[in-house]
Amino acid sequence: MSIIHDFEYCKPTTLDEVTDLLSQHGEKAKILAGGTDLVVQMKENIKMPDTVIDIKGIKNLHEILFEDNTLFIGACVTFRELIESEIIKKYFPLIKEMSQTVASMGIRNRATIVGNICSAVPSADSAPVLLVYDADIIAKSASGERIIPITEWFTGPKETALRADELVTGIEIRLTDTKHAGRYEKLGRYSGEDLAQAGVCILVFEDLHYNVAFCAVGPVPKRVFSVEKLLHGKVISDVLIEEAKHLLQEEISPITDIRATNEYRAHMMGVMFERGLKKAVSRLHGGVNA
Amino acid sequence: MPEIHFILNHEKRVINVEFHETLLEVLREKLGVKSPKCGCDRGDCGACNVLLNGQSVRSCLILAVEVDGQEIVTVEGISKHGLTKVQEAMIDNNAFQCGFCAPGIIISATELLNNNQHPTIEEIKEALSGNLCRCTGYLPILDAVFKVSKE
Repeated sequence: MSIIHDFEYCKPTTLDEVTDLLSQHGEKAKILAGGTDLVVQMKENIKMPDTVIDIKGIKNLHEILFEDNTLFIGACVTFRELIESEIIKKYFPLIKEMSQTVASMGIRNRATIVGNICSAVPSADSAPVLLVYDADIIAKSASGERIIPITEWFTGPKETALRADELVTGIEIRLTDTKHAGRYEKLGRYSGEDLAQAGVCILVFEDLHYNVAFCAVGPVPKRVFSVEKLLHGKVISDVLIEEAKHLLQEEISPITDIRATNEYRAHMMGVMFERGLKKAVSRLHGGVNA
Repeated sequence: MPEIHFILNHEKRVINVEFHETLLEVLREKLGVKSPKCGCDRGDCGACNVLLNGQSVRSCLILAVEVDGQEIVTVEGISKHGLTKVQEAMIDNNAFQCGFCAPGIIISATELLNNNQHPTIEEIKEALSGNLCRCTGYLPILDAVFKVSKE
């Protein structure tokens, strides 16, 4: 299938050029980084931009930085680059663990984590991990920059808080001083290309607080604050896990589709939550930092 | 029509492309490089894999204009001076039947072996997990790569 409509392509080298183009064209312009979602959507006429803005020419959008205990991941950073980054491996191994589950090598070489959250499909692998880390999304327009907390980012299936005149320049995560460890559990049918049928991410802190988030079992990926509140201050026990699993079921609303039934997803969420929580706790005590 | 300059299989090429043309379309239809195949045309099957600056990518998901200034290698480039070890091993193992998936798999396997000369079977499975084959059931393909990894 070919792309059957014409568009202008530009590859600016500065952010100002991008924001100018976005304020001129608004919804009619689309940002291109990895293209693994956008090009498919253009072939299927789901998106028909009149201008495609390739942001790969902007150097600092390719950066992974760690300064003042804050991680910056630029909008052009691919999953491959995250997997190979020493910074990610050392300070945010959960991001590496998640990135390794995304599609296959040929996609990870191209697809970006920022693109993943901008596409905002309910099954976005990046989402639960960024949610438990309380990531901030940096959005830029001609009128300035704003920070969108990841908890306010996902507004509906494939919908985000980003305005048409904005682009995401990157993601920031502050590294907590508290010792912590985490786990991302993904349910897929097979390795390579498969989207998550269900995904849950758990971050456990030494001072006994827990961050929990899911994807693919509701219209948007989200934090499960009720479960976090229940677990807060408590040492994990079998009784507590059962109670938390019960509460988790009230927070999710999985659908039945070609990949799984809602009953299966709901059941597996409980199983994966327990598995992930235990793994995260054991990693915490094993001294592995996240 | 914009003009792009890139290196294809170790040779400099200059060609005019439309913005809406994918790299796969330009390789096959304009440059006569037929090893990348159009399978699913949405990045799922791996039949269109090519190496972009040494990394395997889906040529069906890349606009041709994006490769301006980059380097592309296809199977034609890989075997320019004869078959590589992994290609020989595929033949020895009868790894392919119809052969449609073969170029994509050769690309993925070549990328793996370039970065890691002695991958484990798990690493091979992971590297090839994005390539679909409907003929030989994967095992002879994995075995062929594993054979090379042990050399």
